[in-house]
Amino acid sequence: MALLSARSLTKRFEGLVANNEIDLDVPEGSLFAVIGPNGAGKTTFFNMLSGFLHPTAGTIAFDGKDVTDVTQDKIAAMGLIRTFQLVQMFQGMSAAENVEVGFHLKTRGGVGAALVRPPWLRRQEEELRAKARELLAFVGLRAQADMNAELLPYGQQRLLEVARAMAAQPRLLLLDEPAAGLNAHETDALAEVIQHINQRGVTVLLIEHDVGLVTRIAHRIAVLDFGCKIAEGTPDEIKQHPDVIAAYLGAEAANA
Amino acid sequence: MTLRAITSIRLGRYGPFAVAGAVFVALLFAFVFIKGGYLLTVMQLAMIYGVFCVGLNFFMGYTGQASFGQNAFAALGGYGTAILCVQYGWEPLLALVVSMAISGVAAVLVGYPTLRLRGHYLAMATFALGLITYDISVQWQSVTQGYMGYSGIPPLGIGPFTVEDERAKLVVLMVILLIGVWISGRLRNSRFGRALRAISTSELGAAALGIRISRYKLAAFVIAAVYASAAGSLFAHVVGFISPEVFGLQMVVVTFTMLYVGGVGTVLGPALGAIIASLLPEIVRSTGRFQDIAYALVLLLMLIYVPKGLSGLASIGKKPAAAPGKEG
Repeated sequence: MALLSARSLTKRFEGLVANNEIDLDVPEGSLFAVIGPNGAGKTTFFNMLSGFLHPTAGTIAFDGKDVTDVTQDKIAAMGLIRTFQLVQMFQGMSAAENVEVGFHLKTRGGVGAALVRPPWLRRQEEELRAKARELLAFVGLRAQADMNAELLPYGQQRLLEVARAMAAQPRLLLLDEPAAGLNAHETDALAEVIQHINQRGVTVLLIEHDVGLVTRIAHRIAVLDFGCKIAEGTPDEIKQHPDVIAAYLGAEAANA
Repeated sequence: MTLRAITSIRLGRYGPFAVAGAVFVALLFAFVFIKGGYLLTVMQLAMIYGVFCVGLNFFMGYTGQASFGQNAFAALGGYGTAILCVQYGWEPLLALVVSMAISGVAAVLVGYPTLRLRGHYLAMATFALGLITYDISVQWQSVTQGYMGYSGIPPLGIGPFTVEDERAKLVVLMVILLIGVWISGRLRNSRFGRALRAISTSELGAAALGIRISRYKLAAFVIAAVYASAAGSLFAHVVGFISPEVFGLQMVVVTFTMLYVGGVGTVLGPALGAIIASLLPEIVRSTGRFQDIAYALVLLLMLIYVPKGLSGLASIGKKPAAAPGKEG
């Protein structure tokens, strides 16, 4: 059964059609990727799925429930957690603290509890500190736990953002161009982390510009071009799909 | 464990600047206590401004939102206390607490629509809030007594015990400020405080992790308003007189200076800034008619060379964070 389904999802900005009637089904437990040349409408699509933009037309269902007009914090509470193409670090906080913020949905306690600090809260805080360090170790940032997050190299900030998202224990993890700006070595490390996350049972939906990364790790791929879905299939099918080859070669020819 | 080992651990945790700072503040209080007189009043006001700044820091420091209008809630607290005590003969402590509650409710009502705004727009809207409150306190004479203000406001106290001695007043205010700082520190290092601090640099990132931005901003705004109200009430009780000018634009400028000199977003900074910025005019007074220039010059130098505020100095010379795996 599909964990996330988009039906005829459309977004128009004034006259521009950024997404045109996109249908997509992300099966539970899969590692799914959406690829496409620059400006194909990938990020718009992603912003709609995560509640940061509201579609002009069409519907989105998550876990069988309609979430088309649900706000981002409520979607997050349902278990759909995203990262950003431009890393959104919480500055002035250490790497560990950044991950601790990620536990927001899975912990409780407001102003009153923070003042009184009852035993359950202290236990919760201890557990959270330990788990934050586990997650940092999981993405390979054990040594950076106490460093100021904004001073980490870009590749490590990306990994930190993934660890932070994992703290929210997502059912579906949306990764928006996680490899953008990474070198080959960093991309490999990231690919490994994404695969491990998926093996832990988390469904992953990945938006990527880097076709090499996607065909290596994704189970299934959808291709967007000029706001339309032009193909969907396994990595091997996609690599040989004539429309996909045309879209990418066309894009490269246009850039030249 | 030897004494030396104990002190070296403590010093390692806080760094020489922090220790020097603590010693300096302690000596300062001792000096003021022995000397008495006018300096006592200066320090009393510093404590009251400190309470205001510790509150404002929730909204401007932790949550990173601009408010130029928190003086409105100080006015609400001051007038609430004055009216309840002078007109209705309430107990000072009860009047203070009830005024805080009223300010909290007012902050919810005002903040709910206003906090949709961001950045400069939020700054302008809150600024207007302060101006409107000032105008009301001048014009609504039947309630506020206009420019005349209120005098004869009773000193703080519980039942038959009242705090009338100037030194005792300073001690009470110090204790209140310390409680305020303690609450600030507890809240900063909690789920609540982490959410506020996340919002301050990335609302997108915070929302994606399920943090309800508008709710947390409102909470920080209300906390700042309640602190401001307490500061306003304390001013009324300690000085015994209030007028619209007390909570006017001057207060906005002075508290901003304190917040940034001390270190915005830190736990101790706002209180430290209130003390330093209150004493500075007394120190530069010897320069006679140049005192305003000297004051401005010192502030400028501080903002240039200690941009993170004086409390930022505390981390200088501190040992780096424990290496991974052996932190304790």
